[in-house]
Amino acid sequence: MIRPHRSHPLWYAFLLHRLSGLALAVLLPFHFYVLALALTEPDRFGEFIEWVDYPLVKFAEFGLVFLLAVHFFGGLRLIALEFLPWSPLQKTYAAIAASASFLIARAFFLSAI
Amino acid sequence: MLDVRLYLLQRLSAMVMAPLVLVHIAVMIYAVQDGLTATEILSRTQGSLLWALFYGSFVMAVSVHAAIGLRVIVFEVARLKGPALTLFTWAAFVGLLYLGMQAVYAVTAS
Repeated sequence: MIRPHRSHPLWYAFLLHRLSGLALAVLLPFHFYVLALALTEPDRFGEFIEWVDYPLVKFAEFGLVFLLAVHFFGGLRLIALEFLPWSPLQKTYAAIAASASFLIARAFFLSAI
Repeated sequence: MLDVRLYLLQRLSAMVMAPLVLVHIAVMIYAVQDGLTATEILSRTQGSLLWALFYGSFVMAVSVHAAIGLRVIVFEVARLKGPALTLFTWAAFVGLLYLGMQAVYAVTAS
């Protein structure tokens, strides 16, 4: 099947927004579960927090921060697209959203290591 | 009509969350600087009405936002519709809200 729209940069922006949103929604219950342990099982909560010291976990968190940031900037782009007057710079905005997210995730990573 | 209202609710919850996400990211970058410990996290949040309100509104908004987002994905990808789709949306909303509020209570109650 020919799907020419799927080679457009803004289709990738849509895909990234959807996949980051899905991933965040799926990971949220786990995030909440760990935090809730603070009250019920403080020792296990402490163990989970200590994981952060492992380099691989730090790298995974870089990914998490990137997901959150890219969903945030991608969402701002969507809201601007829908509620503000049309601007022809949509591809530029998508590129800015992706780079800003990378910058934020990298700032987190540099702060974590 | 329901879809239009859900669409607006999705945008509204996004606008509520925008400043909260920025603060959340800033706190993460600040807090992770010299390693995370449970004591450090809890000393910041426990007994703080401000953090309870902050994270409480965050959890409320994200539950609405994620439930509507998941609803769209499930509708488009799994072709779920009618009462099953409604049930799925409510289950996602209530599930996230319940777990989220439990987490907020756990880290902010003193």
